[in-house]
Amino acid sequence: MRFMAKTYRTPAGMTFDTINYIVLTLFGLAAVLPFVYVIAGSFASDAELTSRAVFFIPKSFTLNAYEFIFSTDTIVRSIGISLYVTVIGTLVNLFFTLTMAYALAKRGLYGRNLVLNLVIFSMLFGGGMIPTYLVVKELHLLDSLWALMLPGAISAFNLIIVKNFFQEIPIEIEEAGRIDGCSEIGLLGRIVLPLSMPVIATFTLFYAVGHWNDFFASLLYINNPEKWPLQVMLRQIVLLSQAAAGDLNSMDPNFVKPPDQSIKMAVIVVGTIPILCVYPFLQKHFAKGVLLGSVKG
Amino acid sequence: MGQISAQNHIPHISKKTPWRSSIMNRLRRDKWLYLLLLPGLLYFVVFKYFPMWGILLAFQNYQPFTGFWKSEWVGLEHFRLFFENPEFYMLLRNTLLLSFYNLIFFFPAPIIFALLLNEVRQVFFKRTIQTMIYVPHFISMVIVASLTYVFLTTEGGTVNELIFQYTGDKIQFLSDPSWFRPIIILQTIWKECGWGTIIFLAALAAVDVEQYEAATIDGANRWRQTWHITLPAIRSTIVILLILRMGSVLDNGFEQIYLMLNPLNRSVGEVFDTYVYAMGITQGAFSYSTAVGLFKSVVGVILVLGANWLAKRFGQSGLY
Repeated sequence: MRFMAKTYRTPAGMTFDTINYIVLTLFGLAAVLPFVYVIAGSFASDAELTSRAVFFIPKSFTLNAYEFIFSTDTIVRSIGISLYVTVIGTLVNLFFTLTMAYALAKRGLYGRNLVLNLVIFSMLFGGGMIPTYLVVKELHLLDSLWALMLPGAISAFNLIIVKNFFQEIPIEIEEAGRIDGCSEIGLLGRIVLPLSMPVIATFTLFYAVGHWNDFFASLLYINNPEKWPLQVMLRQIVLLSQAAAGDLNSMDPNFVKPPDQSIKMAVIVVGTIPILCVYPFLQKHFAKGVLLGSVKG
Repeated sequence: MGQISAQNHIPHISKKTPWRSSIMNRLRRDKWLYLLLLPGLLYFVVFKYFPMWGILLAFQNYQPFTGFWKSEWVGLEHFRLFFENPEFYMLLRNTLLLSFYNLIFFFPAPIIFALLLNEVRQVFFKRTIQTMIYVPHFISMVIVASLTYVFLTTEGGTVNELIFQYTGDKIQFLSDPSWFRPIIILQTIWKECGWGTIIFLAALAAVDVEQYEAATIDGANRWRQTWHITLPAIRSTIVILLILRMGSVLDNGFEQIYLMLNPLNRSVGEVFDTYVYAMGITQGAFSYSTAVGLFKSVVGVILVLGANWLAKRFGQSGLY
């Protein structure tokens, strides 16, 4: 596109470019500055948060808010639950999605089209919130962490993308494996999965982020506060301002309670940090995932 | 699924076997594949098709204690109750208005954003901006709502502190009904606008540079090139996204609305999804709320298929 540089170096073109760069920079900053402010605020003292409206580097550096968070049972427990559901739930997702996608990728399989149509129809129409809730209830999964993992074990959309990817693997490779005496399950484990690592990495991230961020399923299926994941706890603390009340009494009497605002910010940071840690991978893989999805198959 | 590629599975050619035993042979031959298929198939039956069957609740007076089989059938009674309820018009108005504002203010945003990014020639700058604007997409709705609260609350919220310093007054952003819709739309734009550019940028990357060269030689300026080359290149993408948007006119995103809803802004904030939750889960009116949900999803399917049909009439490829 080098040829364009010449034609754009007109006064009007340069004015447009300048404005464009400024506008885009402002948009970019608008996307990340809230996080920078909240991270800065979570390390700031009570006095600083009330005296300075907006800042990105705290003058007073304190870890009070984090000490408070990690001294409460409720928040620490909810972090543990979120991590547990994210790890186990993602494994469940991968198991269900990959096995089914592999079977559906075989064109000769009897009944394949019927199953595929069942999957596609479920993308267009569904039972809805209440019937699904009642099914989960009938299975006695209410207040069980399995309710956060099983009802969403397969995303039909992801399943079809993975299936299409498996179909693209050259048949000769599998034939070679079969001649060498590999069983169907051995083929999946030793040939197809290793060849599909990029796609599997993408969907691992898709599912894991979904579990960490999930709020809806916990709201619907988990009533017991002792089993609330972090997102529900976050809502309690920030939106409903019910700070971990049970733990306030059991606290060390010498501990100075930080302002609510900085605790809220610290909890937000704790809820965001895992996502920001995997973000470099996310950006790379997710963009690919979106485009994978746009290919009809 | 019309894909032209090599057959993945070579069928065993069995000569002159009756069809019944050939099916049995295939089932036996593929038994491991069926074993692999089983967990996923069970998942779809239990968590997707059992609930669809559960829709029948909408025509019953379902009581958890009597159970599905013994509950009394009431036909369309719950639908009649729902349509005669004055809340129905409130829900319809709130849902449609939010979708309408979404269409007007949010839908064009990623397109404009992608066009602006497309004009950037410096690769490093473009990459940096993209890295920044994709971040909010991965953040949970709870965090987005939490950030909104931290900034806008009247008790020490950052924005309200600033307003207070200059005017001596505070604005009830979170409870004043007139602020509800603007906040929802702003949240959506902040969270999804950057991410929405990806699909347009991909379409734009596919445009042949020679087209721009030819246009330049023909004397087309930058604006003309955008109008005649860039925009047509993303037209079908826009149409497909519009179809999807049309099909989900009644979906306002449960989590977002639910998190921002409170008793003071309920008159503008309550939508079908949150109403189903409130009636069904909170109040236990299972049959009534199933009827409301069914009404919503049937209208949704009709809208998707209708928009798809329209798009085909106008010569676009459509989704199905």
